[in-house]
Amino acid sequence: MWDFPIFPKQASTVASSVDNLTLFILSYNVLITAGVFVCLIFCAVYFRQRHKDEVGEQTHGGLLLEISWAVIPTIICLVTFWWGVKVYAELVVPPADATDVYVVGRQWMWKTQYPTGHKEINTLHVPLGKPVKLTITSEDVLHSFWIPAFRVKADAVPGRYTTLWFEATVPGEHRLFCTEYCGTEHSRMIGKVVVHDEADYQKWLTEEAEFGDALQGRKLFTKLQCVTCHAGESQAKAPILEELYMKRVPIGFDKGSPTAPGTSVLVDENYLRESIRYPSAKIVAGWQHPSIMPAYDESLVSEDDLFQVIAYIKSLRRGQTPPRIEATTQPRALGAPQGK
Amino acid sequence: MSTTVSELKAKGVPFVNNEPSKVTYLNHENTVASWLLTLDHKRIGVMYLISMTFMFLLGGIFAGIIRAELITPKGDMLSSDFYNKTFTAHGVIMVFFVLIPAVPASLGNFIMPLMLGAKDVAFPRLNLMSWYLYVIGAVFTLLAMLLGGVDTGWTFYTPLSSTYSNGNVMVVAAGLFILGFSSILTGLNFIVTIHRMRAPGLTWFRLPLFVWALYATSIIQLLGTPVIAITLSLLGLERVLGVGIFDPRLGGDPILFQHLFWFYSHPAVYIMILPPLGVASELVTTFSRKPIFGYQMIAGSSLAIAIFSFIVWAHHMFTSGISPYAAMFFSLLTFSVAIPSGIKVFTWLGTMWRGSIVNDSPMWFAYGFIGLFTIGGLTGLFLSTLGTDIHLHDTYFVVAHFHYVMVGGAIVGLMGGLHFWWPKMFGRMYNEPLAKLSAFFVFAGFNLTFFPQFLLGYLGMPRRYHEYPAEMQVMNVFSTAGALVLGLGYIMPMIYLTYAAFWGPKASKNPWGATTLDWTATDSPPTPHNFEGQPVVTEEPYHYKSTENKEHALAH
Ligand code: HEC
Ligand SMILES: [Cu+2]
Ligand SMILES: [Cu+2]
Repeated sequence: MWDFPIFPKQASTVASSVDNLTLFILSYNVLITAGVFVCLIFCAVYFRQRHKDEVGEQTHGGLLLEISWAVIPTIICLVTFWWGVKVYAELVVPPADATDVYVVGRQWMWKTQYPTGHKEINTLHVPLGKPVKLTITSEDVLHSFWIPAFRVKADAVPGRYTTLWFEATVPGEHRLFCTEYCGTEHSRMIGKVVVHDEADYQKWLTEEAEFGDALQGRKLFTKLQCVTCHAGESQAKAPILEELYMKRVPIGFDKGSPTAPGTSVLVDENYLRESIRYPSAKIVAGWQHPSIMPAYDESLVSEDDLFQVIAYIKSLRRGQTPPRIEATTQPRALGAPQGK
Repeated sequence: MSTTVSELKAKGVPFVNNEPSKVTYLNHENTVASWLLTLDHKRIGVMYLISMTFMFLLGGIFAGIIRAELITPKGDMLSSDFYNKTFTAHGVIMVFFVLIPAVPASLGNFIMPLMLGAKDVAFPRLNLMSWYLYVIGAVFTLLAMLLGGVDTGWTFYTPLSSTYSNGNVMVVAAGLFILGFSSILTGLNFIVTIHRMRAPGLTWFRLPLFVWALYATSIIQLLGTPVIAITLSLLGLERVLGVGIFDPRLGGDPILFQHLFWFYSHPAVYIMILPPLGVASELVTTFSRKPIFGYQMIAGSSLAIAIFSFIVWAHHMFTSGISPYAAMFFSLLTFSVAIPSGIKVFTWLGTMWRGSIVNDSPMWFAYGFIGLFTIGGLTGLFLSTLGTDIHLHDTYFVVAHFHYVMVGGAIVGLMGGLHFWWPKMFGRMYNEPLAKLSAFFVFAGFNLTFFPQFLLGYLGMPRRYHEYPAEMQVMNVFSTAGALVLGLGYIMPMIYLTYAAFWGPKASKNPWGATTLDWTATDSPPTPHNFEGQPVVTEEPYHYKSTENKEHALAH
């Protein structure tokens, strides 16, 4: 019975950074708490009233003390804050070569989608020693995706994407929890992260892989009529979407107001998502407002499908947009690990 | 009249007042109507105390049910739905109906005018109305629970609360909306009272620190509470009329709700904790028989906390996808509240140093308060630090942290205040050994309940979990065992204090030898109009003289 864990295992590259910071804060917490308790007990005993009517020293303060217990904690706080920011930067900035995995939360399960197009429920397979970036959203209410062994967490917010990344360092299974209360079965919205070493992961991928996300997305691109406007031809009715991801595009109109000349936005997943769900929110400079592009809401494109369309747009290289007739080469799934 | 209970006990002198019974606020009228329609701040304070104790018992029962369910990892006692409704009820009742009004509405109402040398608060009718609003709000909330409960958590996050939950969200929201006005009106009343009704000579820097704490609290109540009223109204618009504000399917933004909610609910934490901080200052100086260390620092830090509390709300949202720059900004600002809180703890220790400390039961509660508040405050630093909060957010670590601050702080502070002022409020003394035992049970039980939860949180137990992994059971069992001890520590004073109020030995006017007007210029219990004549103040508070305490002059 006494054999129970007190501290979670460290299974990602950032875990030890987080724990070191924890230990730093803990160490002065313990010192200060111990100091306060010792001082309390000492005063209560040593300075107790010893005979009737005795009063304490009638002093009112001490400037030096008052200044020092304002200044010293301020310094400690600033150090902690800064250290916290550094660890946070490690936690939120994914390396450029991270493998993409998409996660959709819904009452009460986690759906994961891999670059290969494979989908799972409540399980996340990741390679050992390779950075993995999760792009997370929700189909209904708020959820939060937490892997304690990795010390990472991000909320799943309907209507937008949040991201989280990690690099697993311990093979095997780790727990996965929903930490944002989401209704009846919240405590059953749990799962596991399976960390494979490189060879196993490749095997798992090839066994499970059917169609790449981007490939699926390409089919949707035609099926949803995107291609009728976003064709590869110069006289197309809409901007060409090739090599768009992570570029800055100039915009002329933003959420109800014309923008200053020179305004641009970074094309990330959230922007692509917004361009598809609410095309008129931001208009590419030179195109008319409101956009002629129909708003693709959930009745037209589900959250799962949307991930695939976006994966496709991300994968589009120069000259790869199909003309309106299917004739081009198959896209490469972006971020999928290459075989050796 | 300067001697303290323990000295009198030591001398074998009963610390009682054997004069024939006089007309007091308690006995001058005896009908039920004379209570329910009273404009007397003292009676209103007592009525708040009674209604809050009722809500506290209810919230406590819910807490007991939660802890019982969590003895085993499997959800074998309750259904998930019932469990979720239970913790929602526990949170709503404890936060809105107990912690927020705890000290200001009961002790604040009763004591603050006495401390000012005033006959009542500035707007006695408004004061009575506040109590009725409290009761109506409570009725709505209890009604919602009888109708089948609410399962959104006390935070009402959208779109769960606005679209997906099928509980009685709107009934509770209506109750809290009404209750909010009780809080706003009390804040307004207190601010005007403190500005306008101080006795001659009672300048701002002669105010007892409890009054400063209430003043700072009232500012938050007045400025913050309207925001939660607006937020609940918007929630209602979306839920009832389908206006898209928070649900992205309707074009809304769920994060907006969090911003609005915490814009009130973070400062609300300081509505809960500032008044007990003021109580602790009174206790520490009185029982150390020494002037408070750094009066201006303590008064100033109360105001600083009140102001800073408004600019840190997004520390509840570090994982919600807000911009990393916003997160950094709010993290930094959050540390700014840590400093004045730390200053308070250090000044209490400075006050005790070279004091002449009388270890009576109110001081025991003050020790417990300081200890728990210190742990609660310091563990907050893990959560204001970005690098660690990402891991700890929404886990049992947070649950432990805020119980240390809110229960260890607000409730233990309230208990200390009640033991301190009980002889003033009811003119009778309680059983001192029992009181010390209760203080001990509360402190020990509290730590046993909540300390393991820090470990659980770091280890990986999310909050609001009906079921949890088996390896986390041992610490949950500790926690539940602690809750039993803690419960005992709460029940005891309910019994012996109530007994004392009716049948305890009579207390003298100033059994603790305190120096503020509430003790020196009024009887225990006070007469219906508090003072005979207008008290005049001639010096700063907290001067303890070794022979007789200076009685404040009464000008007739
Ligand atoms: C009726 C024609 C039309 C259809 C069909 C259409 N779009 Fe568009 N799209 C436009 C136009 C015009 C713009 C430029 C104006 C704007 O920003 O909305 C645009 C802009 C975009 C942008 C932003 C491009 C940039 O450079 O920033 C993306 C991404 C996009 N569309 C994706 C899609 C996808 C995916 C589909 C299919 C699901 C689709 N569009 C279907 C007309 C269309
Ligand atoms: Cu959940
Ligand atoms: Cu807060």
